[in-house]
Amino acid sequence: MKGVRHYPGFLAITLVCLAVLYVPLLVVAVYSFNASTSITKWGGFSLRWYVDVFTGPEAERFGLATWNSLTIALIAASIATAVAMSAALAMIRGGRFRGRGASYALINLPLMVPEMVVAVATLIFFTTIGLTTGYLTIVLAHITFCIPFAYLPIAARLSGIEDSYEQAARDLYATRWQAFRLVLLPLLGPGLMSGWLLAFIISLDDFIITNFVKGAGMETLPTAIFGSVKQGIKPNIMAISSLMLLVSILFVSLSYIINRRGRRAAP
Amino acid sequence: MAGLPRDEAGTAASYASLARPLLLPTWLIIGVFLLLPVLLMVVYSFLTKEFRGGVEWTFTLAAYEQFFVTRGLFGDEPPSIEWTYIIIFWRSIWQAALATLLCLVIGFPTAWFIATRPPQSRGIWLFLITIPYWVNLLIRTVSLRFILRDNGPLNDALIVTGLIDAPLPILNSDVAVQIGLFYSYLPFMVLPIYAAVERFEFALSEAAADLYANRWQVMLHVVLPAVRPGILAGTILVFIPALGAFLAPDLLGGAKAFMIGSLIDEQFRGSQGNWPFGAAISVILMTLVLIALFIQARAASRGAS
Amino acid sequence: MKRLLALTALAISAFSLQVTPGLAEGQLKVYHWFEYIPQELVDKFEKETGIDVTIDTFDSNEAMLASLKAGKLGQYDVTVPGDYMVEIMRNEGLLDSYTREEMPNFGNIAPEWVDAPFDPGRKHSIPYQWGSTAFSVNRDVYKGDISSLAIIFNPPDELKGKINVLDSQGEVLALGSIYLGIPQCTQDRVQLKALNDMLLAAKANWASFGSDTAKDVLVSGDAAAGMIYNGFSAKARAEGANVEYAFPKEGFVLWMDNMVLLKDAPNRANALKFMNFLLDPENAAAVTNYAAYNAGVKGVEPFLSDAVKKSPENNPPANQKGEFIKACDQETQKLYDAIWTNLKK
Repeated sequence: MKGVRHYPGFLAITLVCLAVLYVPLLVVAVYSFNASTSITKWGGFSLRWYVDVFTGPEAERFGLATWNSLTIALIAASIATAVAMSAALAMIRGGRFRGRGASYALINLPLMVPEMVVAVATLIFFTTIGLTTGYLTIVLAHITFCIPFAYLPIAARLSGIEDSYEQAARDLYATRWQAFRLVLLPLLGPGLMSGWLLAFIISLDDFIITNFVKGAGMETLPTAIFGSVKQGIKPNIMAISSLMLLVSILFVSLSYIINRRGRRAAP
Repeated sequence: MAGLPRDEAGTAASYASLARPLLLPTWLIIGVFLLLPVLLMVVYSFLTKEFRGGVEWTFTLAAYEQFFVTRGLFGDEPPSIEWTYIIIFWRSIWQAALATLLCLVIGFPTAWFIATRPPQSRGIWLFLITIPYWVNLLIRTVSLRFILRDNGPLNDALIVTGLIDAPLPILNSDVAVQIGLFYSYLPFMVLPIYAAVERFEFALSEAAADLYANRWQVMLHVVLPAVRPGILAGTILVFIPALGAFLAPDLLGGAKAFMIGSLIDEQFRGSQGNWPFGAAISVILMTLVLIALFIQARAASRGAS
Repeated sequence: MKRLLALTALAISAFSLQVTPGLAEGQLKVYHWFEYIPQELVDKFEKETGIDVTIDTFDSNEAMLASLKAGKLGQYDVTVPGDYMVEIMRNEGLLDSYTREEMPNFGNIAPEWVDAPFDPGRKHSIPYQWGSTAFSVNRDVYKGDISSLAIIFNPPDELKGKINVLDSQGEVLALGSIYLGIPQCTQDRVQLKALNDMLLAAKANWASFGSDTAKDVLVSGDAAAGMIYNGFSAKARAEGANVEYAFPKEGFVLWMDNMVLLKDAPNRANALKFMNFLLDPENAAAVTNYAAYNAGVKGVEPFLSDAVKKSPENNPPANQKGEFIKACDQETQKLYDAIWTNLKK
């Protein structure tokens, strides 16, 4: 019975949604080819900003900033997802225990504190305990605020999974670890995926906190972009953004291909 | 409440003995790197401000008094209620709530649609939703600004199609802010709902479909209760960040009025340099959010049992 | 999952190693605005001296002050605050001082900038770049007289609802005061009340507040007039907007960025070398050619590009005066803060 899965208009809304998401990117892509230095006036087609991204005077700085952003997001999202998953297991499968309410509040704390306050408070804290600001402090701060973004989808997923599956596995003499790895983990997959993706884009996009906890010589893409705004955004930022999009699309295509191969190899 | 276990049902305790060790990493990371700094900020809100930023370690309630009590521009009128900051809070809360509703109305069908695709293509759809977020929010907001301008592509398109005669003044209005907030936070609604719907047992709704007359009733009575954790998670993930958003109000709304985010920002890195007041605003905001979360949690657990 | 954790742990240690600077003898930590110094100039300094320069960036004077006060003081050798911020940092005790013997090129500082109001006698700072803040008008939209600040504060009908003002308390309140002819940092109630009322009335005619967008709104046509920094207006003109920068008859705001020696600088000697290097006319001109403002250094003219030298935005008419934004005392600042909050509530 097809009817309960399909609702009229949902496809249309999804398409509208995608259009809203992608039309501004179209503007970004188009203006990355602008011949003039403006991001609002078209001055003809040119590849000069792509050349600028790789060979211009700021090329090294933007390159390093991009690298930093991607690696920080990768590390922070992965650790945050692992931490969030273990927290979700405790919260959803841990029954009643003392400190659960407090734990719940703690997990959501990064969401509740305004970013600016986190930024100033964290910097004061880091300098008080004598931690020099740099790559490590950024990663630590990012892991912290990524946890609730990873936790909520994972927990939402987990609370929808009956624990009878694992019980059945345990009844068949699977160890707790086997029951987790072979039964629960695959079921959790979409939740983990959603959580990791959210954490990744949150980390990739963060400016306010990073701006405070970064140290000398450390730049991430958002701090570089916000910094360059002071002199006026030029199409080179649009070119960098378009390249980021390209990287993400390549990344997606690659994972799709790998996925299909894997499925064919193990039917 | 999203993420709060429904232990009243008594089905989910298979990790009971491991609960605390499993929570240890969370407590270590958030406890040390956020809770301690935040407690420091709570302390700051009760300290005397040092001119141009910083604090002096003497206790005072001056920051809270500044929030709630006014004595006029020159500080010599009899004290009365200060409405300025309450209005700013109200404005931010209203905008964030509206944006959350918008995200839900558009995000739910999208998440549903994705979750009902064949399993091998769901990942691709999810990535399609998140790919735009590889581009910095500032850049996305700037191009949104470009699109909404009086002589921008949107107005041009509407005029060419004959829907309107003169450009709609969308930019620097609340409508533009709503569009911006929607654009900023949509995936935070879609992904949690997707994670919940994907798990939904369609056998349930198929059974229900035999009892109820149409699928909209099925949606209302069977599906929505089942995927509620996802909806609540999405609501939290959109509403709270939207409360502190500053790029959409500044770049699309014209920054003509303070929002909570820009008001706090002004205290720490604006010319006002009033750290205790910034801390006090944050404490008030956190208290409100906490109260809202607990009301929601209680309502949710009552609904579940 | 274990493998993932191990991998990420490995990655963290690898990256943190990578960014740990080698403890070379010659280092210099600069806290600077983004894209405000040409990379070639930094390379030249590194080559001449063998000193390793690391640059960290901030995006506003106040953000820089906040992060120094939150604990970053002692990590940097020099930074580049604006005029009033030099005074604030001086009062806060965040600056170290130098003697003229330590700065061989001191004599290159243009005489009018030696005795700057924010650092009398230049004990902590050297000029970096200076310019002005006033407003620009799109001449396609409005062709009338633009010699008065009334364009912003009491605009003609053509410009109503098409004005962008800087989202910055200092500039808006200073220009407003200049328009009304009242002194900055006044405590006079009648004057402050007049300023408050005038701004509230003017706000009805403004489309938006925005500092970073001040140039783009003029180029795109979203605004037909706007408060703006002179260099930004020059860039708007270069991008093809028909805008004219005005030096209003009531006066305008002068600004000057300065390189200052920070207290507890880890590499004080190298910091002085760098400041001295920037006072060399050829090097100062290199910054000016890059940033398109004015250097406060004598003898830069031969090294300046024509575009910068002849820019109308860079050359105020001799008879019109600008003034720096003043840093008020605590009691007075409170009144100005209240006016600003009142304007934006």
